[in-house]
Amino acid sequence: MLEPMIQLANVSRRFAKRLDVAARIANWFGAGLKDEIVHAVDRVDLEVRQGEVVGLVGESGCGKSTLGRIVAGILPPSEGTRAWHGKAIDTLPAAEARQAELKIQMIFQDPFASLNPRLRVTDIVAEAPVAHGIVKGSEREAYVDDLLRRVGLDPSLKRRYPHQFSGGQRARIGIARALAVKPEFMVCDEAVAALDVSIQAQVLNLFMDLRADLGLTYLFISHDLGVVEHLSDRVVIMYLGRFVEIAATEDLFQRPNHPYTQALLRGIPRLDARKQAFEPVQGEIPSPLNPPPGCHFHPRCKHAMERCRVEQPDLKPIAPGHWSACHLNG
Amino acid sequence: MRPNQPVLAVESLRTHFDTRAGVLKAVDDVSFQVAPGQVLGLVGESGSGKTVTGFSIIGLVDPPGRVAGGKVLFKGEDLVGASEERLRGLRGDRVAMIFQDPMMTLNPVLRVDTQMIEAIQAHDPKVDRKAALIRARDALGRVGIPSPDERLKAYPHQFSGGMRQRVAIAIALLNKPDLIIADEPTTALDVTIQGQILYEVQKLCRETGAALIWITHDLSVVAGLADAVCVMYAGRIVESGSVDDVLDRPMHPYTAGLIGSVPSRNRRGSKLAQIPGMTPSLLNLPQGCAFRTRCSHAQPGCAVEPPITQPVPGRTLRCFHPVGLAHAHA
Repeated sequence: MLEPMIQLANVSRRFAKRLDVAARIANWFGAGLKDEIVHAVDRVDLEVRQGEVVGLVGESGCGKSTLGRIVAGILPPSEGTRAWHGKAIDTLPAAEARQAELKIQMIFQDPFASLNPRLRVTDIVAEAPVAHGIVKGSEREAYVDDLLRRVGLDPSLKRRYPHQFSGGQRARIGIARALAVKPEFMVCDEAVAALDVSIQAQVLNLFMDLRADLGLTYLFISHDLGVVEHLSDRVVIMYLGRFVEIAATEDLFQRPNHPYTQALLRGIPRLDARKQAFEPVQGEIPSPLNPPPGCHFHPRCKHAMERCRVEQPDLKPIAPGHWSACHLNG
Repeated sequence: MRPNQPVLAVESLRTHFDTRAGVLKAVDDVSFQVAPGQVLGLVGESGSGKTVTGFSIIGLVDPPGRVAGGKVLFKGEDLVGASEERLRGLRGDRVAMIFQDPMMTLNPVLRVDTQMIEAIQAHDPKVDRKAALIRARDALGRVGIPSPDERLKAYPHQFSGGMRQRVAIAIALLNKPDLIIADEPTTALDVTIQGQILYEVQKLCRETGAALIWITHDLSVVAGLADAVCVMYAGRIVESGSVDDVLDRPMHPYTAGLIGSVPSRNRRGSKLAQIPGMTPSLLNLPQGCAFRTRCSHAQPGCAVEPPITQPVPGRTLRCFHPVGLAHAHA
């Protein structure tokens, strides 16, 4: 089998809130305060193969954006390795590592905050490819025109500033900027969440066209199960920093195994379900500062047993290509 | 009130904003009715005028906006031009509103019990503090807040987003209103929390018989919750009817386009039927039908404003060239 395009092995990311002066003084008197540590991503393994679209789903605070940033190389992991075509990126020589990083690009959620308001569109799009020597300065205008046409924008608008565009157009500018350095892998972090339904459909169609034309591979991060189901080949469900289930899209939506996945699928409103009887999961998402022991989901799970409170379930295969982390599977 | 009389009948409502660039018609000739116990979904994309419609009903439109015409008949009484005193008496008593951001309705420096008692006593000074406190506690319990006695003593910032929205709903329900206007109350919430809120709202509407106007951009939520739906585009209701009729057999090309834009199970991997172009600026609408520049059915005749017609009993439509029944399932 082909080497996975990108591979994360045992990756964790912790954020610490250090003690302030007052707390440290209190500690001299024996208060015993400790740094607060958030395990945003907790020992996660992920493989994405060439040409695949992997959907990463989770609720707010589950660490999906942190994981996306680790994959894109914006955020270093606290532990674990990240490999590009089988080679760990941090052990590569600097020039090769930079080439690998260039092939991985990211598209951000907020089409307003992720574009520099003081740069013209042409500069936003052309800055990186010129800096990396992908195009010569003399060819840059033609290159920008090409990219803008590809994402469905009129090249005659390229002298404008971001604030002169609508949300959907700005999303397209963000995509053009990512495409400018000829990436092979795109991390889309809630890339359509801020858009209206009809505009969202346009951008989703654009993602699918780009995949067909350029052979792109995607990690598609979203809280919207409908969007993920539509676009992905494989889906990863994340809860409080850990993966709870991984499966091929059809498998996951037909035969969800983990109680959390089942609850998520029951909870989504759907166009074809009328007068739906919503049967919500009880309880709130626990604070990642103080996650429950054992299986993170056990306080909200109706199948929880004694073992779930103490022992963390491992991600185990339950069918070919279908992994789930639940003690119910034995 | 006679039986079968609608709780609210909006007739040819117009809300205009006088801006330096001209008169912006945010709500333009909008008519609809809500019966007791009915859930009406008001659907539209950003800038379609759905929120301003909600605000116009209870007289919350601030200058430069003004209600320029039409009637808002609440149990037969016209609220357009009603005195501020009368409106204050109704708001929070007979008519309640739930906003997208619960922090808009909650005072951050007052405890929840203070705010809830205030809401009761403002409309009925004869209720003493003790009785009001009991009613407040019961209201919190009814929206599914665990240990309401303790939570009454908390400040809004001590609640999570979902819990805060429950508190806002509890306050809205305190005086057993006849009409609740909910403006995107679950948009900012996570999927499982949204499921919980929808469950509570469904239950409460069944129990109390209040009429509910649910303003949202999400067709799927309307499908699961509402009895009837009005689809808004550029300040006008382009189509209305029962949820089953409108979502299964859309007649306006915009409604059909919106439904096609929602990613759903049976269209996985195929292209979404996108609506070309973007929402026009309300200051610069096309002559006649505002949708005609994006519409695949448009004919030269669409430059004349289409009247409201009743193609089938119980449905309204503003279109000369409706989508045929044969296309409805395509």
